[in-house]
Amino acid sequence: MTSIAHFDVIVLGGGQAGLTAAITAAENGATVCILEIAPRALRGGNTRHTRNLRPMHESGAFPMEGAYGFDEYLDDLLRVTDGDTDHALAELTIRESEHSIAWLQGHGVAFQPPLSGTLHLGRTNAFFLGGGKALVNSLYRVAANLGVHTIYEATGIALNISGDRFIDLTYQQVNNTHCISGHSLVAAAGGFEANLDWLEEAWGPAARNFLVRGTPYNKGNILRQLLDAKFKQVGDPGQCHAVAIDGRAPAYDGGIVSRVDSVPLGIVVNNEGKRFFDEGEDFWPKRYAIWGRLIAAQADQIGYAITDAKADGLFMPTVLPPLKSTTIDDLARQINIPADSLLKTIDQFNAATVSGSFDHQALDGCRTEGLPINKSHWARQIDTPPYSAYPLRPGITFTYLGVAVDDRARVLVERGNPSENIFAAGEMMAGNILGRGYLAGIGMTIGSVFGRIAGREAARHAS
Amino acid sequence: MTICNACRYCEGHCAVFPAMERQTEFTQNNIEFLSNLCHQCGACYQHCQYADPHEFNVNVPAVFEQARLESYTQFLWPAFMQPAVLNGGKFMATSLLISISLFLLAVAGQAGVSEILAPQLSFYNLMPHSVMASIFSFSAVVVVISWWMTLRGYWHSISLPSPWSIGMASYSAAIASALTLKNLDGGHGDGCYESGESPSLWKRRYHHLVLIGFFLCFSATLAGTFYHYGLNIPAPYNWLTLPKILGVTGGIMLLVGCAGLFRVKQTTDQRLVSTDNGYGMSLTVLLFLTSLTGLGLPIAKGTGALGLLLAVHLGCVLALFLNFAWGKFTHGFFRLIALVADEHQKSQ
Repeated sequence: MTSIAHFDVIVLGGGQAGLTAAITAAENGATVCILEIAPRALRGGNTRHTRNLRPMHESGAFPMEGAYGFDEYLDDLLRVTDGDTDHALAELTIRESEHSIAWLQGHGVAFQPPLSGTLHLGRTNAFFLGGGKALVNSLYRVAANLGVHTIYEATGIALNISGDRFIDLTYQQVNNTHCISGHSLVAAAGGFEANLDWLEEAWGPAARNFLVRGTPYNKGNILRQLLDAKFKQVGDPGQCHAVAIDGRAPAYDGGIVSRVDSVPLGIVVNNEGKRFFDEGEDFWPKRYAIWGRLIAAQADQIGYAITDAKADGLFMPTVLPPLKSTTIDDLARQINIPADSLLKTIDQFNAATVSGSFDHQALDGCRTEGLPINKSHWARQIDTPPYSAYPLRPGITFTYLGVAVDDRARVLVERGNPSENIFAAGEMMAGNILGRGYLAGIGMTIGSVFGRIAGREAARHAS
Repeated sequence: MTICNACRYCEGHCAVFPAMERQTEFTQNNIEFLSNLCHQCGACYQHCQYADPHEFNVNVPAVFEQARLESYTQFLWPAFMQPAVLNGGKFMATSLLISISLFLLAVAGQAGVSEILAPQLSFYNLMPHSVMASIFSFSAVVVVISWWMTLRGYWHSISLPSPWSIGMASYSAAIASALTLKNLDGGHGDGCYESGESPSLWKRRYHHLVLIGFFLCFSATLAGTFYHYGLNIPAPYNWLTLPKILGVTGGIMLLVGCAGLFRVKQTTDQRLVSTDNGYGMSLTVLLFLTSLTGLGLPIAKGTGALGLLLAVHLGCVLALFLNFAWGKFTHGFFRLIALVADEHQKSQ
């Protein structure tokens, strides 16, 4: 034990939720310390990889293009979660999200018109100028100006919780153990999506083939300790948000550029060369989130998106070029799947396409008929070389498991009453509102809203 | 570059990223265009989720700085002057040394060695107007020919059509962007990030001071020429004449602006710097020295320092002329042409 310090509010995690809580608490007069597990250059958790949030807004003032009111927002949330949401907290989040843009702008964050290549998000989502890292940098700057103390590379955090009360904690930094105590604790340390051991508990050995799209630091250490301390859990522990990404992406931190948008323009086969799902069910932004799970269910957790030359230029460019060939035979050899099986799949697919007027920006009705698994839209014969193939792997973005909170961001014990001085914000409690499914920008919205609530309440408790 | 094109988070910072998205492939010509469109504000680096220590190690400003230096070198006319770019600092120092020595010799030859340190009231005893005028007229012709040849090569290389087929709107938009340094505002108006994570408007402000100061000094020279030939009033002029007012104001702005740019250079985040051969600061150094010695001349009038100071000042001006042709000065033209190309592409 080399040092002992005390703060009014200790914030665990320096992503958007933690920073918002820290800034709000400091503005309410509290002394605040942030413990961030990452080194400075990689600080900010998954916020670093984000680019927008989804605020409710009745007017279409900049940066929004058109209104997005309470009722429509709630409908969207209920639809994607299948009702797996705490209604009161969902309504609170939506109402409070109206102030998120102004709050961020007031703390140095700039916005910009919707990025190109983002389908239909201009009305509902507000884009950060320069992306999530720009936001993170701004909020750290504001926090530092408010006197918030930030400790980087704080690993091995061990919470000392007595009953439902936070007492103090220890952490390691460069081989030294430190102890700090606080009146209030704000837990904003993200989910466990970068912890393959934990994921394996839910997914089995398949989890070993997952790629982590975001920060390698979200191991779920704090979440585990809160659940072990008998705080009430929310969200399905076996679920995670996984999308289909380029199988050649880095194991961690590949972020946005690992996406592959060619799926609806062609077919997807597994390593036996067989199709396994309707590639043209709906627009890709509405469907990419189910493809992570679809591919996770295939042998070796791999799929191949195959298109012909007609699809070139119709989807967002990728970092790595596709594998290309002038023959299906050779393409199959390159991706190491049985050529005869792939040829048969494509022949059957081509024979089943119904002629129609192709339009990749509309539900065009170009479809197949008579296949065991039909394609509903954008089905064109795969017949024009060169052919392209992208290997696809499940890319995990976040996990749903979290701790239950009340409308003051206090974590709840299993009996249902709230802790006096432990608060949660961000991904750790997002499962209260987003029990399943996904809505673009909802994670950052929850972080923004509950960051403010947790900061305010933690400071109030400390004073 | 393919990483940027798949990410696009930086789209709002400056003209580079929207321009990048318009390119269907990344050829050498595109890099020559995009790198000169980049104003080295650093925003995209400070905000990049793929910057070092990420394994992608994306650093657009550093890559483009190197690419710009290559384009300044590649198109330079005449080609045998290319080492002047590659060894920018040495070229500046050498040209300064030689120019000053030449003028010292010339003054000594004209006025006599003993007279150099004697109190003097007028320049023309030390250096006749006709000699000065012919040296700098000749230099100006060389500079203009060199610009013409260099920039013509760049213009064609980045696939711009004939200058006459480009709309006036593209020219005026490009000139407006160049004069306001729109691309140094970060996209939010708070400035650039060359010194770190906090935006700052100072680089832009100092550059404005330098540019305006330069135009004022240039106007002072034109006014002096008009007084001399048009009105037949030879120098020296008193403080309340047009050449003096323009020159002194411009000179002070240059001193402050250049000093500011030195300061910016000192605090620049070294991760954004890929090459530092002195080329980048050569123009600032010469402008600073020229204004400093130029402002010293009226103060030294009537003292024994005038002769030396005049020789040094004229030496600085000649070195500055060499920089116009083969030094950092051309960056303004390269950027302006890139901005024209950007506006032209947008209008297509």
